[in-house]
Formats: sequence, structure tokens, C-alpha cells
Amino acid sequence: MINAVGREIPEKIGSYVVKPYAGPMETIEADAPVVSKRKPSKRAVGENKLLPDLKAAILATGLKDGMTISFHHSFREGDKIIGQVLTVIRELGIKGLRFAPSAVVNIKNPSIVSFVKDGTINRIQASGIRGELGDAVVNGEVELAEPVILRPHGSRPHAIETGDLTIDVAFIGASAADDFGNCTGQIGPNACGALGYSFIDATSADKVVVITDNLVPYPCVPMSISQMYVDYVVKVDEIGDPAKIGAGATRMTKNPRDLLIAQRCADIMAASRLFKDGYSFQTGAGAIPVACTNFLADYTEQAGIQSSFTLGGMTGAIVDMHNRGLLRTMLCSQSFDAVAARAIAEDPNVLEIDNSMYANMFNKSCVLDKLNFGILGALEVDVDFNINILTGSSGEMMGGIGGGPDVADGADISIVTLPIVRGRIPSVVDKVFTCCTPGSSVAVVVTEAGIALNPKHRSYQMLKEDLDAAGIKTVTIESLRDLAYSMTGVPKPIETTDKITCIVEYRDGTVIDVIRQIKRD
Amino acid sequence: MIVKQPAVAGTLESSDIQVSIFPNPGNGLDIQLQSIAKAQFGDSILETTRAVLAEFEITDAVVSLVDKGAFDWVIRSRLQAACCRATESKFNWKGED
Repeated sequence: MINAVGREIPEKIGSYVVKPYAGPMETIEADAPVVSKRKPSKRAVGENKLLPDLKAAILATGLKDGMTISFHHSFREGDKIIGQVLTVIRELGIKGLRFAPSAVVNIKNPSIVSFVKDGTINRIQASGIRGELGDAVVNGEVELAEPVILRPHGSRPHAIETGDLTIDVAFIGASAADDFGNCTGQIGPNACGALGYSFIDATSADKVVVITDNLVPYPCVPMSISQMYVDYVVKVDEIGDPAKIGAGATRMTKNPRDLLIAQRCADIMAASRLFKDGYSFQTGAGAIPVACTNFLADYTEQAGIQSSFTLGGMTGAIVDMHNRGLLRTMLCSQSFDAVAARAIAEDPNVLEIDNSMYANMFNKSCVLDKLNFGILGALEVDVDFNINILTGSSGEMMGGIGGGPDVADGADISIVTLPIVRGRIPSVVDKVFTCCTPGSSVAVVVTEAGIALNPKHRSYQMLKEDLDAAGIKTVTIESLRDLAYSMTGVPKPIETTDKITCIVEYRDGTVIDVIRQIKRD
Repeated sequence: MIVKQPAVAGTLESSDIQVSIFPNPGNGLDIQLQSIAKAQFGDSILETTRAVLAEFEITDAVVSLVDKGAFDWVIRSRLQAACCRATESKFNWKGED
């Protein structure tokens, strides 16, 4: 069958029954109560929640073949927890696990691929599987029992609450914890900031293990996750590498192309009628978003106004804007650098929030419902404004879905920023290889070669009037594609086999696309 | 023309291509391509390579291409330079329009 973004998808993929993406207004809400595996359980008098090592904790959880384990990705590429836990699981001979972290980052030594190859893991669900694991999956180098399910950040808590993804054991890394399991990511030598991705795991898993390298006297404050959800606590030597967790502040780029795109993006926001006292925005990580935040801060100061909130993943640039009095509150589900991580502990207007509160459309409301401006990155955008944030020019796994589809859908004005070419690879194309975000939710594409408005977006009329009034010129998306192709040539489609390696879900739980195995010579 | 000596043009910087040409008397053309853009532009790069070799009437050579995402006109220029060096010939500027 063909879904609402024109993707051909089978009705069933193994045992997975496909609900095709049907368009922005077609979402049906479930009427069943929220699912959780958490059980009422009493700690016995004298029982020690603090166990001597990971092996003891894993044995205590009763982890068995075929169960589901979860982790958060807030330590990014500095994570040392996933590798340690999987190594102990392997030593215990437990096989066939479903690995369901919030995202898989490119962790090496030990590599996740080795745990798939030896059968410790045989199923994967995450927002992304960037790097070695992803490449092994799309190239068909590893055998999994079912295709990988990739979901946006807002969709993971939804999948957990509907019971599509049930978690048996959640392993939650924390940079500080006490012996009863109160814990946080905000303090300690390996601080990572917000633990917003793991709240849903703490409340929904059957067993919860907190892992720290920084055991603090009871009670641990700040208290991001409460002891009432935690079964066991383990102290290990090292939970991460601070340099890779996010050292210092994300720096301002000097790349003139990125600066131009960032400037144009800020120009568009400042020209909008929504840019008034109390406006809200989300920029995210990366060179263009950081530069854009700095330009936006200056425009906000010049206009004599203040932004009410920013949302999602935080950088030092956003903290700067807050410290300049130009941004009232920061609602952090994730902290991208050390400055942003520290800010939560130091300032009551910098809040750690649940990722579900940020982006899950099946809450009674998520914060994205209030967002004015959302800035998104992309690997490719096509002439229907569909976005690919997962796969690169050879079909390789380049990124994770992240919160992009959620932000695009939630924000009044969603702005995609990208250069029209990267090397010889065009980024504005006829048809994206993998559709992650439907074009109907994308308002603007900003490139160094021009700005294209989506005539089908709900904010088009308002935005067109505001940009015209400000003298900001726009071009068609087709003209950006033509310009890109005039430099690169027309790319040959990536060849695939029929085997589906990944299922790409949208924020409403429907299937927006699949990734088929790439043909290699 | 005859490939008289091994010759190289281009670098391994991103957006460039390094073209190496070696003599291959009596054994035809042997073109080896490594490219970060192979999936989408591999065929196009090989087509350009054969076209430039034909312009130089080179029929026997081993050609090694290490492409770091160069545009077609860069590939063409690097090939022309390598062909001139390998055949010890001067580039025919009048031939371009």
C-alpha cells in the first residue's frame, strides 16, 4: 500500500502490522488506559537496594532470554554504561534481548554490533542507530529477528504507554545517586544535565536499576528520578567520558555558509508577527542552530522583548540568551553541552522536563503545542518538503530521528536549515531517500541559495505576508533543487533489495517510511 | 596518445579527486574508482573518465580515481591535467569553447 507521503509499504512486515501514515489530521487516539509494567512492591526491612556490582543487579532483576532492556542516551558518545551492562549480560549468557534505548549513539569499545552478532541482542528499537550499528543493519551485515523500529522522541513514550514497547529492565545512568536510588544527571564528574528521556523508563519498566560512579550521601539532591521507582543501585568505576558527554560550550561556527543560513533563519523569525513579547522557540544542537540562537538573541534585545520559553535540547548559546534576560525559561529534556548541563542545577528558571512532556502528542498536552518557532536540521529535503534526517547519500545511517518530526508538527512555524549541496551531494532533491518528517508539517526551507516557503503549510499565508512586508525574498523549492542539480548532476537513486531493515514510525505511531537493505557491490 | 609515464593530478581534500594514470601497453583501459559519492554518481564519474580519455585518444592505461565528492567539472579538469602529464602533451586550450 502507499501511505500519505507516497511511500510504498507492505501491510505486514513479519509480525508487525503496519498502520500507514494517513496525513496530519487522521490520527486516532486509543481509549485504553496507559500501560506500565511497574508493580506495587514493598522494600523489606533491612533490604539493601545498593548491590555490589552489575552482575548482582542483573541477576536480581531476573533478566531472562528474550526480555526488553532500555537505556537513555544523555551521555551521548561518552556513554560507558551500555557497554558495561551488555558485557555482563553476555557473560551471564542471556540471549535474544530487545534493545530499546532512547537512541543508539556511535559507541565503540565495545561496539553494539558485537552484541548483535553474538545473539545477546536480536531486536532493536530507538530514535536512531547512527554509526556502525546502523550501517551494519542497512547493509544486512547483522541478522535481527525483526526490523529495527525507529521512532521520534515524542513517540517513544507513546509506544511505551500503549504497550507497543514494554520494558522489563531499565538501566538508568546517573552522574549522582544515593543508596535508595534518588538520582540526577546534573551534578558529579560525569554530569550530563537533563535525564528527560529516562523518566518514562523509570515509571514504566518492571525493574529499574540506577547506575552511577558518584554515590552521594542520602538524599541525593537534585532529585531528578525518585527512589520510589528504583529497585536497585549499583556503583561502577566510570559511567562516562566527560570529554565526549559534552565538554565546555558548543562553539559559534566561523563557516560563512552556516552563518548565512543561521542569519536568514533568524531574519525570518524576527520578521514574523509571532515574534513579540512572550514568543517561544526551539533551536537545538549543531553549528547552524547555535549561530541562529545568537542572532535571535540580538534581535530579541533590539526589539526590547523577551522570549517566554525554549524547549528540548539545550546549548550554552541558549543559556547565554537566558542570562542576558532575553529568555525567561528553559525547558530542558536534554543538555547538549556542559554549560547547559550545569544551568539546570543553578537556576530555577532552567527546568529539567520529561521528554514525554516535551514532545508526546498523546499527553493531555505537550509543550510543543505551545511552540512558535522550531528550527530543524536535515540531511535532505525534497520538493514536497519531506525531510530525511536518517540516511546519507549511500544509504548509510547518518543520524537519528530525534525530535524533528515532533517539532515540525508542533511549531507554528517550522524552519528547516540546510546547505543546498554538501560536497557533491545535493540536499534539495526530487524525493528523499527516507522520509522522517512529512512535508505538510514543514513551513520553510532556508538555504544559502534562498528561502522556500511551503504553500501547503497552515502558516503559509501569514508567513508570506510577513516576509513580503519585511522585504525578504523567497524562491520555489523546485528552483533550489534545480540549482543543486546544476552543480552536482542528477543523482542516481540508491539501489535497495526488497528486505526491510528498519521501520520508520511517525509521532502518531503510524509508519511513514521503511528503509530497505542497501545493495552493495 | 600513448601513456609514457605515471602521472597524478588532484588531491585527497574533500570536494577534490585524485587521478593517477599508469602505462598499460597493449592491455586496454583499467579504471578503478573509489568515491564517497559512488552510489549516486559512480556511473557519472566513470562516464566522464571514459569521455576525457577518449578526447586524449588514450586506449591503454590504468586509471585510479580517488574521489572525495568532486563536482563533474573538477573531475574533468583533474583528468585532463593527469592525461597531459602522462602523455607529455600540452593541453589544447583552443579545443575548449
